[in-house]
Amino acid sequence: MTDAAQPENPSVEAAEATRARHPLEHPVRRFIDANRAALGTFAVLVVMMAIFIAASPEVFLEWNIYRAVLTTLPIALFLVVPLVFVVTAGEIDLSFPSSMGFSAWMFALVVQAGFSPYLGLAAAMATGALLGFFVGSLVVYFRLSSLIATLGMNFMLRGVIQIVTQGRSIALVSLEQSSAKPIFSGVVFGVPTQMLWALAFVVFSSLLFNRNQFGAHVKIVGDNSDSARQMGIDVNWVRVKAFAFVGLGAALAGFFSTMINFTWWPTSGDGYLLPALASVFVGGTPTWGGVGTVGGGAIGALIVSFIQTGIVGAGLSGFHVQFFNGLIIILSLIGHRWNQIRYR
Amino acid sequence: MAERLIELRNITKSFGRVYALGGVNLSVDKGEVVGLIGDNGAGKSTLIKILAGVVKPTSGKILVRGEPVTGWNAARSREAGIETVFQDRALAVQQSIVRNIFMGCELKGRLGWLNTAKEVREAERLMREIGFTSKVFTPRSIVGQLSGGERQGVAIARAIYRQADLIVLDEPTTALSIAETNKVFHFVRQVRASGRSIVFIGHNIHHVYEITDRFVVLDRGKVELEARRADVPSAEALISFMEAVAKPDKAADRGRREAGAAT
Repeated sequence: MTDAAQPENPSVEAAEATRARHPLEHPVRRFIDANRAALGTFAVLVVMMAIFIAASPEVFLEWNIYRAVLTTLPIALFLVVPLVFVVTAGEIDLSFPSSMGFSAWMFALVVQAGFSPYLGLAAAMATGALLGFFVGSLVVYFRLSSLIATLGMNFMLRGVIQIVTQGRSIALVSLEQSSAKPIFSGVVFGVPTQMLWALAFVVFSSLLFNRNQFGAHVKIVGDNSDSARQMGIDVNWVRVKAFAFVGLGAALAGFFSTMINFTWWPTSGDGYLLPALASVFVGGTPTWGGVGTVGGGAIGALIVSFIQTGIVGAGLSGFHVQFFNGLIIILSLIGHRWNQIRYR
Repeated sequence: MAERLIELRNITKSFGRVYALGGVNLSVDKGEVVGLIGDNGAGKSTLIKILAGVVKPTSGKILVRGEPVTGWNAARSREAGIETVFQDRALAVQQSIVRNIFMGCELKGRLGWLNTAKEVREAERLMREIGFTSKVFTPRSIVGQLSGGERQGVAIARAIYRQADLIVLDEPTTALSIAETNKVFHFVRQVRASGRSIVFIGHNIHHVYEITDRFVVLDRGKVELEARRADVPSAEALISFMEAVAKPDKAADRGRREAGAAT
């Protein structure tokens, strides 16, 4: 696309004549323009998979290695996708690992007390959304730096969990027999049901991001919050809602991680901080706000989740994992920088 | 007597101990073009930001169609039929033209989802109507790809779309080419012909003189002159007056210089 500043065409008739087949309006062109970052991330995934398959075809052409990834990937998706919203709004949330542990804790307590796991899920979602709302309000209304404030909240919430539980986990054996098991942690046609829920979540979030006023406002606020304010958008409320959405996603992540082996750990969520953040940026959402991609973030989560499995599956030792993790992050960032222009 | 649209009464605004506005009255009638002029720091932008609900006045009253308003903010201002083209244009440059035109007033369809197809159609119609079309951009193009004049076009298109009763233009012709400036003037006349009102803020007194019905001269937070265009013989008279208000001795300087040039 050229950004040559040509004089506006004064002739209405001429404009009307060209309107029908405006070169910028071709569907393929429009699809590429609208999904540049996500397509870039997809290209990274394809290249990575090609290398793995070339390295050891006998491992990577088997369904088994993918099934392992499909059980842990959903948890990452529930975290990464809402993070795309917050980063696009020009903020960052580092408190989601603790929100995840905290919400899952509420789920575990409800189930342990003998209530239905569905009620537990509702309690977890409410807890997560409330925590996100609280963290967001703290950042927005006290005008704190979200980087530092959410980091502090992450420590504090985890601290509360550890003080109260004294580090003890909660085993939820009753879930094994409950009707919730096949729904949330079963297998349909060889695909873990968590994956189906996560996919539904990604699709819904993508609609929210691209086809809803909330998503539109998130982008505008991240792009230029002064303009948003001047046009009557409640900038603070949009930001708080983005944080609350991260809390909700974290709650779902915590719920599904507890449903994998029916045990809640006080450390639940701890390991997701850096991989989830890396996935957002590997996915092609830039750090400066205003633009982002839910689909790209989801593919980014797949890439990051697959590296570990892939490295070991390719016959390298576990010591190589971190190196390749870093390499992929750096290479995809360079790729996105080249692929995306920042408009000012 | 024309119908009174907006009235700002005794507006003051202080930033800390600095008074930006010290008791300003401003009223706009229906179908009237009011020119708001004054030096840098006179308080013009602060005044229109109060009108747009972006800045809260320290004290004073705002009346819309004779009714005093409470809880005045940017959203209320737009609901009351006031659209403002801010000096910084208030655009989100990484978003599409459509998203900018409908910023804060997105069109919703079924179940509250955005009706993007309708937004694009409406934007196309609007852009054709005001002659804001081109081979190099469509309503879906990113605003960051446009030139300064085209970005101004987006901001103006947004202001017109809602059929506002009052359009406030804060220095709309700064950094525009002559052709683009003429377009803005053409637009101002069109709006007035349709019976709507405009508040036009400008540095270029000749521009303001040419298109306004009434002038309000602000200086250091006070209204120094309010006059119908018919009562002011020429733009030069207005300039001399403003210089006299701003720096009395400088006006004398100018007189000397002109006398020197004549010899």
